[in-house]
Amino acid sequence: MNQKENPKDITVEISGKKYQVPEGLTMLQAMWHSGLELTRGVGCLGGICGACPAKYRTKEDTKIKTALACQTQVEDGMAFSLIASYYPNRKVTYQFPEMKDPKQDLFRHYPEAALCRNCDACTVACPKGIDVRTGVWKAVFGDFKEGAELFLSCVMCSLCVPVCIADIAPNQVGLFMRRAQGIFFEKKSPQLANRVDEIADGKYNAEWENLLSLPDDAIQVEPIS
Amino acid sequence: MSDIESSKSLVNDARPLRVDQEMARLSQDEKSLLVHRFHPDYKKEAYGTLQVGPNKGQTSVHEVIRLLEGKSQLATKTVSLTPTHEVDVLIVGGGGAGSTAALAAKAAGSKVLMATKLRLGDSNTVMAEGGMQVAVSPEDSPVRHFVDSFKGGQMANDRTLLKTLVEEGPSVAKWLIDNGVLFDREEDGNLSIRSGGGSSLPRLLRCKDYTGLELMRVLKDCVLNEEIEVLEFSPVLELLTDGEGTCTGAVLKNLDTDQLIIVQAKTVILSTGGIGRLHIQGFPTSNHYGATGDALSMAYRAGAELTLQDTFQYHPTGSVYPEAMAGLLVTEAIRSVGAHLLNVKGERFVFELETRDAVASAIIRECQEGRGVETPAGRKGVWLDMPLVDVLHGEGTLRERFPNMHRQFSKYQIDIEKEPVLIYPTLHYQNGGIKIDVDGESTLKNLYVAGEASGGIHGRNRLMGNSLLDIIVYGKRAGKAASKRATTSLSKSLSLKHLESFQAEQKAAGIVPEVLSPMLFPDYVNKD
Repeated sequence: MNQKENPKDITVEISGKKYQVPEGLTMLQAMWHSGLELTRGVGCLGGICGACPAKYRTKEDTKIKTALACQTQVEDGMAFSLIASYYPNRKVTYQFPEMKDPKQDLFRHYPEAALCRNCDACTVACPKGIDVRTGVWKAVFGDFKEGAELFLSCVMCSLCVPVCIADIAPNQVGLFMRRAQGIFFEKKSPQLANRVDEIADGKYNAEWENLLSLPDDAIQVEPIS
Repeated sequence: MSDIESSKSLVNDARPLRVDQEMARLSQDEKSLLVHRFHPDYKKEAYGTLQVGPNKGQTSVHEVIRLLEGKSQLATKTVSLTPTHEVDVLIVGGGGAGSTAALAAKAAGSKVLMATKLRLGDSNTVMAEGGMQVAVSPEDSPVRHFVDSFKGGQMANDRTLLKTLVEEGPSVAKWLIDNGVLFDREEDGNLSIRSGGGSSLPRLLRCKDYTGLELMRVLKDCVLNEEIEVLEFSPVLELLTDGEGTCTGAVLKNLDTDQLIIVQAKTVILSTGGIGRLHIQGFPTSNHYGATGDALSMAYRAGAELTLQDTFQYHPTGSVYPEAMAGLLVTEAIRSVGAHLLNVKGERFVFELETRDAVASAIIRECQEGRGVETPAGRKGVWLDMPLVDVLHGEGTLRERFPNMHRQFSKYQIDIEKEPVLIYPTLHYQNGGIKIDVDGESTLKNLYVAGEASGGIHGRNRLMGNSLLDIIVYGKRAGKAASKRATTSLSKSLSLKHLESFQAEQKAAGIVPEVLSPMLFPDYVNKD
């Protein structure tokens, strides 16, 4: 830490033990400051890999909340624990090329998706602010395009999984829907297909030969015609 | 009003005046002068000379030399080399390059084992925000992509590696799309492209500012669906060789039990990523917790040559405030849509879309010459004026195109739609690495390398968006080539003889290793 000012110490409870740490730290930084080593429960430190799901409660609040520990600052009186990101949910294996109708195949692979009871606990649990419940319903109703968009920022932290009373793994349903949308329902890019063909047909061979015969200093960007 | 607040007001007040302001581009000479004076790669006291190994006599930063000349994690252990796993291809590292290599090797018919220090998918790949460079537009071409990258790389790129990178770009983009990667599209189905620093045309494919996450989610799902065996929390400590210059496997450690795992493999692919967590020259980093350059030391000891091991990329815009976000990346894409860089006086000082080495050097110059802003924690930085993006492209643009960035700052009560943020260069990428040929093979037979751990493709400065391309193109090539080699590879003897010779060389050179390597994890634990 590059601390010029001396921030005041606060008390936090980490997995049931109390520690004094300077204010302004994230949960993970507070753990390091307290002498705790981390191998599980730490990843990108930027809120994007889903390795550090945590549960916490703030002083005098009855509610237990969810968070990514690398993204959440501790405060005085906060109690938190990392939870393993290995909730034993079912990851189905599937092969998209073998599917004819992925919107129906969803129910073959994740039949529980249709059993959502609308409690919204998944949405409340999501540390990325995704409307998870709506996303699951979009999958069930076959609106893969909008559903896929909802799950764009899903970091697969699995915090939505243990709270589901219907045993759905919403993040896995979201991923299935996103991949199916990309594989089956997005328009193809004519420009990309064209460029792949041009390269295969050797369109650039002469240009390459000329360019690669030049010394370093003579290699220049051609003006755009 | 504090110094920070008054400087911020200067930025906010002058914003309307800067909307149409032109900023001159640097000439090649000006750029070269700037980089030589201020880029950390040219700071002599940060560098030393390697005393042993394949690159003996060449230079690198002290942090990397300490690792390369470090002490093996197996130095004091007696290791039984009876294999616990026998496979065709062992892949070390579970990021984008490793996953792609595993898929390619599996598709080619090999028995594949992946081993990764953390979880499958934990990597710098997942953090990549800006996009992936592929020449898809009609005005563009792979040749132009080559020239931009070659100029950007200070012409130190391996020409063959770079040509292959840009030529295979379109086909790997198609492969990703066929596997369900949802790149942003135009109405007509064509891929939406944007500009990156140092590129003469817009060429970046992206998924908002979640490109790496999207790629990694899909690749990981593919690995799981292919039922490839993955050992998580199992880093490699040393490679194994036959003692005669051929790689034959590796020694791993199960982090949960501390037990060693001995893998006999016909070929090995190293894809362990970069070095950000070495905090070279004291820089903060944008990298993943696991980015400790593990492949470098084990490959070096086994006899694989490195290339361009003296050059690193300091991404110009790492956050410096709030302290909890220090080092975290603010994507270059934000500058490609018009955000300005401003010093303490609220003045621009460089064209924002110069290559990363030049922009980083200019920021360091401003701060060294007293035109930076100091944070309460004592860090220095300059302003990145993001609200200008909404002024230029309409309200809501930032939230729509950069949802991740918006969310990250708003957690600390910073509204990027209304106020600038403080940034400073952050250690981002290892430009060089283990030397490879066009199939990803190192100078040690049957040892392949893919992704950031390899060197040569990007010269002395990688262009934005070429790393996501690199991991897919060379992940595939290495996976395919390693799989093919595995069908003919006969060498099976497992030894640590290379380690003994390396240690003898160290002793003869009078080197007393200062650290254990690979280091595996950065040490952030408070010992007080």
